[in-house]
Amino acid sequence: MALKKAWKAFENIMPEFLVVILLVGLLLAIMNPEMISSIIGDKSGWFGVILAAVIGSITLIPGFVAFPMTALLLDGGAGYMQIGAFISALMMVGIVTMPVEIKYFGKKLTIIRNVLAFLFSFVVAFVIGMVMSL
Amino acid sequence: MKKLLKRYRVFLIVLGAMLILTIVNVELGVKAFSVTGYSLKEMILVIPPIFVLLGLLDIWVPRETMIKYMGEGSGLKGIILAIFIGSAAAGPLYGAFPIAAVFMKKGVKFSNIMIFIGAWSTTKIPMFLFEVASMGTIFAVTRLLIDIPGIIIIAFILSAVMTDDEVKKLYENAEHFDD
Repeated sequence: MALKKAWKAFENIMPEFLVVILLVGLLLAIMNPEMISSIIGDKSGWFGVILAAVIGSITLIPGFVAFPMTALLLDGGAGYMQIGAFISALMMVGIVTMPVEIKYFGKKLTIIRNVLAFLFSFVVAFVIGMVMSL
Repeated sequence: MKKLLKRYRVFLIVLGAMLILTIVNVELGVKAFSVTGYSLKEMILVIPPIFVLLGLLDIWVPRETMIKYMGEGSGLKGIILAIFIGSAAAGPLYGAFPIAAVFMKKGVKFSNIMIFIGAWSTTKIPMFLFEVASMGTIFAVTRLLIDIPGIIIIAFILSAVMTDDEVKKLYENAEHFDD
């Protein structure tokens, strides 16, 4: 009974899931650490922060890959503010997973949640930038 | 069969587009497919256990219990539980949505579900340890300290912009998710 329920619930969102992982594959193939690092350097200011948040929003990288990667990006010249925005958006905003989210939460809630999370990543960037420069 | 084809239509289109890309740019295409294969493996490892747990949660935990601890009027207790459950989880954000659906079925308060989603997305304990190791303690702790109030504020804004009717519809939708 529990297993049957589990399978039903799983199969229900299977089409969206498959689309999501294909898009993730495509995005990660196009964007590599060198490319990201070159556009969000510590001199890039708020423009870099915005770009970082946008890149974080559209990519979907598991945390255990993302953190070692952001550590590398920092070494490669990225700024703390930009990295803060990137990590925050990466975790909280999910453009490619939106089809799945909409299926559960509807369009309105999904869009507002992602917009708020996107804006929130600037707050995170600002505070991280301040704390790390102390 | 026709119904199946229609449901997987977008998937097939994207798959087709990626195959064409692979023909045009072999290197990029192969890389895209290898990342996809990696994500697929992650999905196969993460998703089935979540859904089996969900099936069990659905059948074993009585609605009354969930309402008592996380439903309307659960107050601070509900908020703390939502943060804790979300943070204890592992796996990508999309794993949280099906759990949220079961929470809805069990009568968990809407703002607590939003807090749970927020916590799952960004304050996961295993990830925090990873973050400390690679980004340093100051960075990780600072982010955690902004994230907790941030998650709660976002959850309250979301509950405020959603009308009672819209929330009711979402809850009804969750009710039929495994029909």
